[in-house]
Amino acid sequence: MGKSLFEKVWNAHAVRQLVNGQTQLLIGTHLIHEVTSPQAFGMLRDRDLKVQYPHRTFATVDHIVPTNESVEPYSDPLAQGMIEELRKNCADNNVTFFDTNTGKQGVVHIVGPEQGITQPGTTIACGDSHTATHGAFGAIAFGIGTSQVRDVLATQTIALNELKVRRINVNGTLPPGVYAKDVVLHIIRLLGTQGGTGYAYEYAGTTFDKFTMEERMTVCNMSIEGGARVGYVNPDETTFEYLNGRPYSPKGAAWDAAVEQWKSFASDADCTFDDEVDIDASQIQPTVTWGITPGQGVGIEESIPAISDAPTQSERDSVAEALEYMQFEGGSPIKGKKIDVAFIGSCTNGRLSDFQEVAKYVKGHKVAEGVQAIIVPGSQVVAKIAEDLGLDKIFIEAGFEWRAAGCSMCLAMNPDKLVGDQLCASSSNRNFKGRQGSPTGRTMLMSPIMVAAAAVTGEVSDARNVFGFASAEV
Amino acid sequence: MSSTPIKKVTGKGVFVPGDDIDTDRIIPARFMKCITFDGLGEYLFRDVRKTESGEEKKHNLNDPRFAEASILVSGNNFGCGSSREHAPQSILRAGYNAVIAGSFAEIFFGNSTNLGVVCVIASDTDRKIITSEIEKQPELDITIDVENHKIWYGDQSVPCEIKPGARDSLLSGNYDPLDELLVGAGGVSKTAGALPYMQA
Ligand code: SF4
Repeated sequence: MGKSLFEKVWNAHAVRQLVNGQTQLLIGTHLIHEVTSPQAFGMLRDRDLKVQYPHRTFATVDHIVPTNESVEPYSDPLAQGMIEELRKNCADNNVTFFDTNTGKQGVVHIVGPEQGITQPGTTIACGDSHTATHGAFGAIAFGIGTSQVRDVLATQTIALNELKVRRINVNGTLPPGVYAKDVVLHIIRLLGTQGGTGYAYEYAGTTFDKFTMEERMTVCNMSIEGGARVGYVNPDETTFEYLNGRPYSPKGAAWDAAVEQWKSFASDADCTFDDEVDIDASQIQPTVTWGITPGQGVGIEESIPAISDAPTQSERDSVAEALEYMQFEGGSPIKGKKIDVAFIGSCTNGRLSDFQEVAKYVKGHKVAEGVQAIIVPGSQVVAKIAEDLGLDKIFIEAGFEWRAAGCSMCLAMNPDKLVGDQLCASSSNRNFKGRQGSPTGRTMLMSPIMVAAAAVTGEVSDARNVFGFASAEV
Repeated sequence: MSSTPIKKVTGKGVFVPGDDIDTDRIIPARFMKCITFDGLGEYLFRDVRKTESGEEKKHNLNDPRFAEASILVSGNNFGCGSSREHAPQSILRAGYNAVIAGSFAEIFFGNSTNLGVVCVIASDTDRKIITSEIEKQPELDITIDVENHKIWYGDQSVPCEIKPGARDSLLSGNYDPLDELLVGAGGVSKTAGALPYMQA
């Protein structure tokens, strides 16, 4: 019987079985950033251990970097301390650091792929739950805790339980105005925020076959929001084409050999999965979250659920808690909610194609009065290309702020934060209470185009109407 | 660094209501601007416990009746979201060493177990029994018997679940895997040697 990509990659990296039954798994590629690594380096020092495979660890700085301040020392001394600590740890341990002066710095899940570090058939770990992003390339990529960052630094391995695999088949053509972000919000709405616990998600079907690498990354990125620690797409020609010629991609004869090997990792046609789910792409709508978990989403034409719609008491409690926090009325339409802030960026939707798509439609529009709208490139590489294409000018002309690369308003570790109970239309991945920096701040997750539509109308709107999507266009 | 085996955890309980308690709620990101985990205990559930200006909200975690608690009881999907180990670290540093929930998010569960924070699963009904007992008598000792899958409250008990791997690690004191991983170094270079992308 055939094997899935997950099994093949797992087997190729399994070192041995540990006493408690877990597997000692080789982590081929280790990505680190300033928030979850300093304590790990500290633990290493405490035990007099050294980094075992320094050439397989790559660092960047993303969470704490200000996006509107480029000169150090930063006005926040804590942020300055964190970047300096990372610099020192990398220098002391011979770890490559994509520092702010390299032109390559950015959000870790954007940097890895664009540098060609993220490759099919590999295992990747990072002290960050959105590491599944790299699964878009057919890698098995895990988010890990800081003690495990220590384990990888010291041994290049971690102790892990094998996962089950659920294949999610999305087939067909997405309607105009419906994007990869809507696909993943739809999947989470369908399977729940804990539906993926214990599973790796294999995303497949004709919709994924046609997706670009950036679209695949958007979906894999949010696997964890559905409870799945790992999400991946089988590598194919789209994957190889993306990687060809990137700085860390193999070159010459090694490239040809690598592609042959990468192909062999794809799930076999006759393999079976622990579970399979089928989704019809044509039924997916532009999706917006109304609550405080990424699973609390509805299509733009729908209404926010009423408390009484929920079938169980615990679900009714969850809906009630979310409605109260969001200050929304159950049963009211999602459309028309007045926003204060619009944020386009993050490791979910901070890539070139996101900005190209938004630029195409916002040209000629203006950000609504009273709305703060910011666009933040996911990396310096993305920023440079976008600026070379003149996208920054289009955004600024339309009333958006164009910032420097970083995590920005995705979370509250840099100056970009919500204030009070501001409502934010956001292309990021988490709408938890307080996620965007204010303990009462409110987040609605949606695609970059939907954020743009909210920005120019001042309220949650159907981008297809705002920007006049032709129904023939895809 | 083999640690002391954890066969039982005894302490007073406190109920933190709600499903999907995410790690941003356990420790808001703005308190993670640090390079050590020291001092994180102070920020555990900061925004659940306090208003923006720092006034205490009405919450079990602020209730003096539960001030002695060292076991958290909560809902389903506890610890979802970010992989930040800051979450279990702040739980531990605030003086809690076990969590009873309906279910746990995977990364949180792994991080907690590595630190020796015991995470056990109990059914909705059984958690209701425990929380109402705690409410009635906050001074009641709760004992999680890791070995026998039981939660004792007074002289009564309800069953609980713990993943077999985690249970073995706690019982043997090997929940921090680093020593065992270090021993496997020979096997690691062999596995790495067979993978072209691992070569320098
Ligand atoms: S962009 Fe957001 S989700 Fe992504 S790594 Fe940064 S903080 Fe985490």
